[in-house]
Amino acid sequence: MPTMNMVEAIRSTLKSEMERDETVMLMGEDVGHLGGVFRVTDGLQQFFGSRRVVDTPLAESVIAGSALGLALTGWRPVIEIQFLGFSQQCFHQINQQISRTRFRTRGTQQAPITIRSPFGGCVRTPEFHSDSMEQTFAQSSGLKVVMPSNPYDAKGLLAEAIRDDDPVLYLEPLRGYRLVTGEVPNEDYTIPFGKLNVLREGTDITLVAWSQAVPIAEKAAELAEEKGISVHLVDLRTLVPLDEEGLVDAIEKTGRCVVVHESQATAGFGAEVLALIQEQAFYSLEAPMRRVTAPDSPYPMPGVEDHFIPTAERVAAVIDETMADQ
Amino acid sequence: MPADFSPQFQPATKPAKPFSMLTEAGKLRRDAKPDLSEAEILDALRLMKVGRAFDEKCLNLQRQGRLGTFAPIFGQEATLVGTAMAMDPKRDWAVPQYREFPVQLRQGLSMKSIILYRRGHPDGGIIPDGVNVMATQVSLAAQIPHAVGLAWGLKLKEQDGVAVVFFGDGASSEGDFHESCNLAGVVDAPVIFLLQNNQWAISTPRSIQTGGADFASRAPAYGFPGVSVDGNDVFAVHKVVKDAVARGRRGEGATLIEAVTYRMSMHTTADDPTRYVDPRDLEVWGKRDPIMRVEKYLSSQGKWSDELAATWDQEIQDEIEAAFAEADAHAPPDPTAIYEHVFAEPTPTLARQRTEHFGAQ
Repeated sequence: MPTMNMVEAIRSTLKSEMERDETVMLMGEDVGHLGGVFRVTDGLQQFFGSRRVVDTPLAESVIAGSALGLALTGWRPVIEIQFLGFSQQCFHQINQQISRTRFRTRGTQQAPITIRSPFGGCVRTPEFHSDSMEQTFAQSSGLKVVMPSNPYDAKGLLAEAIRDDDPVLYLEPLRGYRLVTGEVPNEDYTIPFGKLNVLREGTDITLVAWSQAVPIAEKAAELAEEKGISVHLVDLRTLVPLDEEGLVDAIEKTGRCVVVHESQATAGFGAEVLALIQEQAFYSLEAPMRRVTAPDSPYPMPGVEDHFIPTAERVAAVIDETMADQ
Repeated sequence: MPADFSPQFQPATKPAKPFSMLTEAGKLRRDAKPDLSEAEILDALRLMKVGRAFDEKCLNLQRQGRLGTFAPIFGQEATLVGTAMAMDPKRDWAVPQYREFPVQLRQGLSMKSIILYRRGHPDGGIIPDGVNVMATQVSLAAQIPHAVGLAWGLKLKEQDGVAVVFFGDGASSEGDFHESCNLAGVVDAPVIFLLQNNQWAISTPRSIQTGGADFASRAPAYGFPGVSVDGNDVFAVHKVVKDAVARGRRGEGATLIEAVTYRMSMHTTADDPTRYVDPRDLEVWGKRDPIMRVEKYLSSQGKWSDELAATWDQEIQDEIEAAFAEADAHAPPDPTAIYEHVFAEPTPTLARQRTEHFGAQ
């Protein structure tokens, strides 16, 4: 089984999906000739031609908006927003237009569009390149929000996204593009949305994370294990749909919970996770639940960004605090 | 001699003269020859009259609290009908804003469907299979990128359809207009940008929408032609749209058409234009009425009479009443509609919320 990084897993999946279905087309800024600023689409225009791998003008709103028209003529567009922060230039097209097409037409028109975008920080990008905004899109009713943390999931979830008849926001962990590697089978497979992945079985405390926060949580779990704390770590994989049952099961195993994410705390997706647990698993709780997140400040300049993102040490300290609660 | 560094491009000082065929008195201008057959001219008049009568009826009902807010078409009938009649509903797409009822009708949506929409019934959003329209757009200019995608998608599939997108002078100030024209020029999408310059965006006059002399002149900067046309002249509108459709079908890309017209009533039924519209303007534009013009033309050809007008009025009233009766017979919305068609299959969260709200199915 080949070992791939995230970029390679996503690229090979795009290629196999385009071979499988000739209505799949890619579009975005720099995705064609250059192969994307992170080379995710490297070689695909050369292979499939410039009609199916399209370099567009620098215009997020018409990239997203025209994808809806393309979808209605039988195409299955996969668009790239170069950095998630720039999705704010087309937020109305995603939130208001693409996501609501099925609902507004009572199911008579649909928008099978995959919106790929790298997100998150700590790679020393200039300003506005590092935003994590998954919670904002989780409120875009009608849109699925998919956030793989490793190459195996990246392939299975991307194939599922492209074949899905609903619009999917597929967020790619920028920091993990080349850092995170893993085995990826050559054969075709998909991973169903709404099923969390148990990465580590444990009995003392449950850690909940997704995408870029998973490696941080894994390291924190190791630090905790060194102190004899048994950590149950789950990767949500998809925020919409959310695996409510899986989450409740995971909390009931330990009675304690810490959520880790890279976006800001207030109204972040961690708040949703904790609210759900409070509603559905309150009586299994043995301690107050906690979050480790970015503060409610704008994403800072790269010189201080390492202090903005949660670190394994901070998560480990919050695990200790939660374990100390009786 | 010193080099000349004065700007190469200077703004026009006055707007382009809109194309026109039919005078206000209903006479064809010299050399003008409508592209519409006599039967098609009668069809066009009929559709304009249906459009106006439908909105009169809707306005009455809205004033009685029996219909929701809507945007009447009064004064803009020729632009809408002339455009619709230059399209082929089987292969061309219409991408409306919210003031295009006759276009939706001509493309194949039913009057009943429009009534349901104006009543706030979710089923008013249903677009039957094979009807090439997008849903009514209320978020201004957001529909323009969709039309570019439709036109581009048809072209990539090697079909010869075009997409026609409707918007106003107000929406032309939005970024989506610019991004859309720009992409259409780059990919040569067979899209027709039908800008209805009705002089108003709620209370904002055309003079505040642009410092330019007109709108159509923006087109060459995007790499495609622009046309200014008398939007109250159904013959002229039909002709310029038909030419643009033909260019699109031939693979010659996009066209921006500015139809110069006037919004003779309110923005929507929630608006009070007496606070800002000069009644003298209404008087001037009233004389340019698009329907009256065609009636005068047909009269001069011996094809129109008071008797025929009376017969038509009755037929149109009957048609509208029948559509309202059909809408009345449509089942009222089921409250559970708020949980339907969010996704192809409900997520566990939505399914749970629905059960909590309405009990198990």
